[in-house]
Amino acid sequence: MSEVVETGVPGDLARHPRTPASDTPVLEVDDLVVEHRDGGTGAVFRAVDQVSLRIAAGESVAVVGESGSGKTTLAMAATGLGPRGQGDVRLLGHSLSAISRTRLRRLRPEVQVVFQDPHGSLDPRQSVRSGLRELRALQPERTSWIGDADLLGRVRLAADLLDRYPHQLSGGQAQRVCIARALLMRPRLIVADEPTSGLDVSVQADVLALLRQIRTTTGAALLMISHDLAVVRSLCDVVHVMYRGRVVEAGPCDRVFGAPENDYTRELLAAMPGARWRSRR
Amino acid sequence: MKASTVRRVGGRLASLFASLLIALSLAFLLGRLSGDPTATILGPLAPPEQREALRHQLGLDLPVLVQYLDYLKGVFTGDLGQSLQFYQSNTSMIADRLPFTLQLVGAGMALALLVGIPLGVLAATREGTWWDRGASTLALLGQSVPVFWFGMMLVVLFAVKLGWLPAGQSGSPKHLILPALTMSVYPMAHIARLTRASMSDALAEPYIDSARARGISTRRVIWRHAFTNAMMPILTIVVLQTGILLSGAVAVEYVYSWPGLGQLALQAIQFRDFPLVQAIVVFGALVFVVLNLLVDVLHSIVDPRVR
Amino acid sequence: MSQLELDPVTAAPPPPRRAGRRARTSVFWLALPLAVTAVAVFVLPLTGLLPERGQDLAATRQPPAFLAGGSWAHPLGTDKLGQDLLTQFVSAGRLTIVIGLVGALVAIGPGTLLGLLAGYFRGWVDRVISILIDAQLALPFILVALAIIANRGSSLPVLFLVLALTGWAVCARVTRAATMAIRERQFVIGLRAAGASEPRIVFRHILPNLAGTIVALGTLQVGTAILVESALSFLGLGVVPPMNSWGSMLASGQDELSQAWWIAFFPGLAITALVLLVNLLGDALLTHHDPRKRRR
Ligand SMILES: Nc1ncnc2c1ncn2[C@@H]1O[C@H](COP(=O)(O)OP(=O)(O)OP(=O)(O)O)[C@@H](O)[C@H]1O
Ligand SMILES: [Mg+2]
Repeated sequence: MSEVVETGVPGDLARHPRTPASDTPVLEVDDLVVEHRDGGTGAVFRAVDQVSLRIAAGESVAVVGESGSGKTTLAMAATGLGPRGQGDVRLLGHSLSAISRTRLRRLRPEVQVVFQDPHGSLDPRQSVRSGLRELRALQPERTSWIGDADLLGRVRLAADLLDRYPHQLSGGQAQRVCIARALLMRPRLIVADEPTSGLDVSVQADVLALLRQIRTTTGAALLMISHDLAVVRSLCDVVHVMYRGRVVEAGPCDRVFGAPENDYTRELLAAMPGARWRSRR
Repeated sequence: MKASTVRRVGGRLASLFASLLIALSLAFLLGRLSGDPTATILGPLAPPEQREALRHQLGLDLPVLVQYLDYLKGVFTGDLGQSLQFYQSNTSMIADRLPFTLQLVGAGMALALLVGIPLGVLAATREGTWWDRGASTLALLGQSVPVFWFGMMLVVLFAVKLGWLPAGQSGSPKHLILPALTMSVYPMAHIARLTRASMSDALAEPYIDSARARGISTRRVIWRHAFTNAMMPILTIVVLQTGILLSGAVAVEYVYSWPGLGQLALQAIQFRDFPLVQAIVVFGALVFVVLNLLVDVLHSIVDPRVR
Repeated sequence: MSQLELDPVTAAPPPPRRAGRRARTSVFWLALPLAVTAVAVFVLPLTGLLPERGQDLAATRQPPAFLAGGSWAHPLGTDKLGQDLLTQFVSAGRLTIVIGLVGALVAIGPGTLLGLLAGYFRGWVDRVISILIDAQLALPFILVALAIIANRGSSLPVLFLVLALTGWAVCARVTRAATMAIRERQFVIGLRAAGASEPRIVFRHILPNLAGTIVALGTLQVGTAILVESALSFLGLGVVPPMNSWGSMLASGQDELSQAWWIAFFPGLAITALVLLVNLLGDALLTHHDPRKRRR
């Protein structure tokens, strides 16, 4: 964490000066349970079951697990952006169950999300430029003063993309725009839900390199959801392994991947694309 | 029965009941808002004492809530009140006129099915050809024409110019032909469009290809496999259209002086006979709720997942 | 009357360019005659080309010019008072078009709003609105409409009230379904994370994404409004003299069917053509918006 730049100059993308770094964890989740109710049959499905999780300021945490294991549901509930569920969730020390709607809205920009499907994450009727303008208008105090062209430069996009609409962008370009939008808010936590699995293999590495660089330059914490263990290992300090809504194993990446204690983790390691890393070590 | 099924059926019943209650309340409100019915009955010059006596006799001096509850009780016991102009029970008048309207609706719907379904299947099995375009445009035309005007033009052609068929009144099967034809236009178009859409969906399913591959004849594939799967939406629309026809019969009955419910409704409106208007609206609402229930039952019989 | 069954139109990626262009072409060729008609009925009376309005008891029930006994002095013939039918036809067309447009607006306005609210907020808002939608779609509101008219008399405001009451639910149902689909899109979550308020999300982001669907629905609703109006006017419950619409011309033609069928023929033909064009245009707009969806 030594490289964190804390200038707080509004023109920069570093963390917002109003929210100085502290010992308060960015996110604390205790015994979270989230259930989905099927509208048609009324059947209840427990997507997240007794999950606890902690992300310190600037820390990078991964959640891995097979499809349907509840990763997205967990991330949405933990950031107050999706169905809440039961259990205690504290965002920057504020308990989501106790917080008022207005406070929550003020707190929200501290967390920014980047999704798997970059096109679905952009309003189809809004050009890149007008989307950025809206963000600035929404949060005049906290958004960076960095110019639009400059901002796109930070995610290695040419400025002439500013007047494009989402359908005129490639998947990789759209994902960079999503990352730029997240950066503009200077968040304390970036949630990246499989940010590369919707992209071409050739573009995946670029986007990951970008995320890694952002971590070091902005000092934001990262909650990374992924299938790809190589990605997780290169980007994250701590990993949580989810299986059927439960966290079956958690710990530092090296420990979990090097000496998995849980049978499911072992299976996952054997089956997942990033398992190659072991031979590299 | 699983708990979830009970919940869904319960929810459906509750929402139908809510619909019914909304309609009943609306009908009641309209009756109340219509001004002083004693003036309609006794004429504007009647002495106040006489009016007061009539108000008492009709129960209009009671609190509105009591009137409303009385009214609801009447509805659920089959008593829809008394007509102001005919001095008869509304229920019995509706019962007298209903068979005529049913005749019209039944004949119209039969015709609509006989023409609409083959037209839709024709369009679906020849998707993209001129057959399809012709049938689809014809169906859209059927949904664009004011049916009563179509009826008038039928009268001009077949009754006035050619003199083949009678233009009005009822009595013989000959009298039924033109009104039934007129009635059938809208549902025919609707059924044709729906058949085309659900048939072309069904024909796109993989099992159709596999049936073809197994050497089953084209006609059998179309009627036996695709059509049975496309049946449900058609059945639904037939039942619901029947209800719409019942109320849509007003204009057609007017064109042909057909002595059905629609004519009765028009007479009631012209004479400001609000109890009768209200009774007909209530009757229509009850029919609709029953038909909707019927659709649900049909669904649960045909679609095993709903059971 | 006409009860249009629409697929809930879900938000879709933009159509392939070629299909888009084809749809645009057909939209153009359908909109053109509609525009010409609209201009014609508004401009023709100003040109002084139309025959005089007045009665002429020497020339009652004249057939149109192209039939035996007709004359070009009265291209569409005359009615039982010898009034020129073309002049009536044009002024009636004006009112019909106005009623169609306003009638569609009063239906899709509240329908869209309620559909948006139900689809976005869910919960009890959705439950209440859904019950209202079900009630309206499941009940013989034409009868209720007749009762309202019987009660309040025939006037344009009452007519618009009836058109709003009979039309809003279809719009609300489609808008609700489309809103539910869009609100699950991730950009909505992103906006929430940026601190956007719910009204902003609903009206600045979801509504613009529904614009195509709403325009198509509104177009179809114009056709429905014209049909409902013509039926009501035909029964003497919509537009009544001294005002004149194509529907009320049908009403006056009804008594004359055996002597002067043409009085009713042309207005009815005009209604059919107009509604057909409007329906074709609505279909084309829906397809343009999403080629995978067909109107049922
Ligand atoms: N809105 C919903 N309604 C009902 N069930 C849902 C809903 N959303 C998710 N689920 C169910 O909850 C479970 C967890 O879903 P979730 O999206 O959190 O999984 P995931 O781990 O993110 O999967 P993936 O890797 O495919 O994105 C799944 O079984 C899913 O079917
Ligand atoms: Mg997921």
